[in-house]
Parts: sequence; structure tokens; C-alpha cells
Amino acid sequence: MEYTTVIGLEVHVQLLTKSKLFCGCENLFNPDNPNVQTCPVCLGLPGALPVMNREAFRLSLKTSLALNLQIAQSSKWDRKQYYYPDLPKAYQISQYDLPYSSEGCVEITVPSTGKTRRVGLFRAHLEEDAGKNIHDESGRGGDSQVDLNRCGTPLLEIVSKPDIRSAEEARVFLEELRLLLWYIEVSDCNMQEGSLRCDANVNLHVQHNGETVATPIVEIKNLNSFRGVEAALEYEIRQQAKKFEADPEGYRIGKVPKATHGWNADRGVTFEQRGKEEAADYRYFPDPDLCPVTVSDDEIAEIRATLCEFPASRRHRYVSKLGLSDDVAGVIIDQGRRYADYFEAVASECGDGKQAANWMTQDVQRELNERKVEITEFSIPAAVLGTLLKQIVAGEITVKSGREVFIVLLTEGDDGSELETSRVNEIIAEKGLKVEQDTGKIESIIDTVVTRNEKAAEDVRAGKLQAVGPLIGQVMRELKGADASAVRQMIIDRLTK
Amino acid sequence: MVELSNEDVRKVASLARLKLSDAEIEHFAQQLGGVLQYVHVLDELDVSDIEPMAHAVDISNVLRDDETTPSLPREDALANAPKTDGRYFLVPQILENA
Repeated sequence: MEYTTVIGLEVHVQLLTKSKLFCGCENLFNPDNPNVQTCPVCLGLPGALPVMNREAFRLSLKTSLALNLQIAQSSKWDRKQYYYPDLPKAYQISQYDLPYSSEGCVEITVPSTGKTRRVGLFRAHLEEDAGKNIHDESGRGGDSQVDLNRCGTPLLEIVSKPDIRSAEEARVFLEELRLLLWYIEVSDCNMQEGSLRCDANVNLHVQHNGETVATPIVEIKNLNSFRGVEAALEYEIRQQAKKFEADPEGYRIGKVPKATHGWNADRGVTFEQRGKEEAADYRYFPDPDLCPVTVSDDEIAEIRATLCEFPASRRHRYVSKLGLSDDVAGVIIDQGRRYADYFEAVASECGDGKQAANWMTQDVQRELNERKVEITEFSIPAAVLGTLLKQIVAGEITVKSGREVFIVLLTEGDDGSELETSRVNEIIAEKGLKVEQDTGKIESIIDTVVTRNEKAAEDVRAGKLQAVGPLIGQVMRELKGADASAVRQMIIDRLTK
Repeated sequence: MVELSNEDVRKVASLARLKLSDAEIEHFAQQLGGVLQYVHVLDELDVSDIEPMAHAVDISNVLRDDETTPSLPREDALANAPKTDGRYFLVPQILENA
């Protein structure tokens, strides 16, 4: 059976504002303290009036610029009416026919094919989030609990075109989108906390008896992990293919109504959902409580100036300019903007991107994990680490000595010292770690060691190179800072030439 | 004359989660039909040259700064809830097969 998979995603992202979209209640994930971030506005009490949060709108504009979306000069807000317990007003303030932005795209690189694809976006609009329902899971049909802390939180809805062709592409699109929004600091994109959520629409365009026919569209709601998006879509694609094979005349778009499914991650299956969509008739109309918002070219230019370099461009630069592999570049980028900034500062100070990347992904990462802290809380400033690596790159100290200095720096930093770059050379001097450049001195030590160890020296002369180990060890003990491989070569030269 | 069918009234009632008897549907179809007819008078005006307005008042960009203000104490927020456990609003079970 030959078919093309057609997927479109609808992504909801919570914006990083201090207060909610239409009132001064705190915008904070706070599930342990339900119903403490509400007021007459977000509870929908009679007479309360919403006022738009300036920062929420600014972050929305910033997002649209990063997603290559066109920004409308003027847009308005509408009421989307439906009854659901997490929506006390019985309408959601959203945008219907005049969203603030439309027509954009995101570029993705698909690992399995190595190809770059452009996924179009229909629009992004700004709306309010609903509260959270917690269902009784005992199966005894107990009451559902409703927490309205989240009600009225600023939420961006980003709608892709049906340009996505596989479950893998859907995951990659979502990962890239998340990274981008996280880098430009409009959202923390924390999927566990629900700041980034995704619905997927999927169907198949099947080649059947010389014509292309489409299967009915299935919408999978509330996918809250990258793996979930990929797995749910893979499952749904297989199901649709099976259903079409079983009934190629009946299982077609238009003949079977659009279905809404949920995803059960534990069982790895989607299930038919009975929900508010049953009678989807939202009766949108302009919200008379809110005025239209207009945007000038100057404002757009101002916000554009606050954008940072995007992760995709950074990743590319790390590979092309700093010589990192795709994998290592990806690892660094995925740790977030501040981590990447730190890496770049270290790389530029030491002049060696690969050396900097090695230290970031091994030593620095290990210490961060151990301390459970972010790079912004790491006690060695980037300039200090860069200065240390510069000594290694220049051959002034060995990597081993570098690790020793690193540990000292870390201890001092963790103890609260403000580390200066000059501290690096002080520690190297205090510990006598500077690589001995005076070959005359090294040779005289080698002579002494060889004289003390005639038996081993004989073995090396006889070609038993493994005997050189203990000799290197003794020489290294005499010389605190030395490059072991250089010493090894000097001993072999001394004994065999 | 604008007609409002009983079917229309039934649909609007179901969207508003109202259960109406047949007699009430009959009654409201007439009443709402009358309201619509009254609004229908506006159709006499020729508005083909007038740009649609998004809002009744010609103002825009009413925005506030992103500052927090105190929220209601939980007991106040829950004060009018038909049912509560002291922490949450409680409602009859929502999804049957979640």
C-alpha cells in the first residue's frame, strides 16, 4: 500500500510573563497550591473587565518574528464559547479571523534522511489558557477537581500547515520549535509542566486504483512529550493504514467524521475521546471588553533588535567555523542559550572550539550534574575556564594538570571566591605544573633514571617497549609538569638511537 | 419576517446546556423570532460602503504593564462553588474513558 502521510501540528506555548494575560494574578506553575492565583477577572465573575498585558503581546510579536510570520497592523480578540469546567466564563478569549500574525515557516533537518525541510505555518495567535481538571482515576466515577491557577495565563497557539510527512518530522519540528522559543526567552517550554503542549492532525493520502484518496483526519489531543508525539503518530498512521486496507471504499475522508483521540503513553495506544468537540459550534464574536491592538513598523523593528542568534544558525556555525561534529554541536545547543553562550566565551578565549567542547560536555557537564545546577550558577566564570584551556592549547600545561587546576578553581569558586583569570597562572605556579620546556633538564633526569634502572633500560634497548612505562613514571615524578608522550619518546630515543 | 425554527431554538438551547420542553421551545421560537425581527430593521440601511468595525468604540491599544496584583484568598475564590473540598472546585466526572 503506497501512501503519503500528512500531518499538521497545533502547538500551545505559555508565555513567560509575571502576570496573567488579562489580570494581575501571578503566572506561575503551582499545582501544589490550587486556586490561590485567581481574581474576579480570571474567575469570570460578573462585572470584571479584562485588560491586555503589554508584555504578553510583546513576547507574541517576538515569537512571530522568530517564526518568519507576518505581523498584522491591527488585530482583535474574540470570544470562543463552550462549556467546560476549567473555563469559568464559558468562553475563551482568543483570536478568530484577525490573528496578530500569519504565514510563516520553520526549517527543520530530519536526522534519518539528513534533508532540510521547510514547514509552513498558518498563523500564531494570542489567547488565554484554561484551568486544569484533575480526574478521579479510581474508576469509581468520583468528582473531578478543578484548579483555576492556570486560567487566564497567556498562551500562544501556533498552527502549522499540513507540511509534515512523518512522525519523525513531527517530533523534529516540535523539538526545533521548542529550542527556538526557549532561546528567544519567550517561554520556558517545559513540557512536564505543560508550558508546551501539542495537538496533531493526521491522515494518509493513499494511492488506490490509480487515484489518490484520503483517509479521515484524526486529531490527537494533548501530546506532552516529544516521544509521545512521535509514538502517537506512528501508532495512528499504522491504524489508518490498517483501516483503509480493510475498507478502502468506506474509510475515507467525508464518509467518516473527523475523530478526536487521546494518547495513552503507558499502553502506547490512542483512544477515541468523547469531549467538548462533540458539538463544536463556538459562535465566535468580537469581545466587546477588549479593544483592537495595533502595531507600528518602529515597534516591530525595536522587538526585532532584541532577538538573539537562533539555535539552528548557531549549530551550523559550531560545525562550520569551530570544527565541531554535528552531534557535539547539537549536544551543546540542546543545553540552552546560556550554556551555549558560556561555551562560546570559553572557545573564543582559548581559541580552540573542540577543546572547549570537550571540557563543556565532559568536565563542566559532570560538575553541573553533580551539583544539580545550571550553567548560570556554575562557580568558574567562562573567561577563567577559557584562560585555563588556553594554557593547555598552547602546550604550557598538560590536560592532566589542567584537570588539577580545574578542581582547585572549582573548590575555590564553590567556597565563594570571585575567580579572576589571573588565578589560573597562580595555581599553575603554586603547583609547579608548567610543562618543563628545558629539554636539557629533562634529558639529565632521564640519564639519572636510566642509570638507576639498568635492567629496564636493557629491556627497552632489546625492543621490549612495554618496559619503558616504569621509566616514564619515574621521570614524571621528578618533573611535575611534563608531557608524558614527549617524555616517552625522549626515553626511547635516548636508549635506541 | 424573520423565521426562527423550533430546530434553531433546540440547537441554541443545547449549546447553552438548557433543557426546554416542547411548549417552551414553541414559546421561545416566537419570542426570539420577535427579537431577531426587531434587529432586522437595521438591514434597511445600506452599509456596503462602510468599513466593518472590530469594536464599538474607536480606541485601540489599551494595555497594562506586566505587574502582579494580589489574588483572592482561596476560601474567597471557592466561596460560591456549588461543591468544593476546600482546595478545588469539584464537578461531576468529566471524561468517561480517559
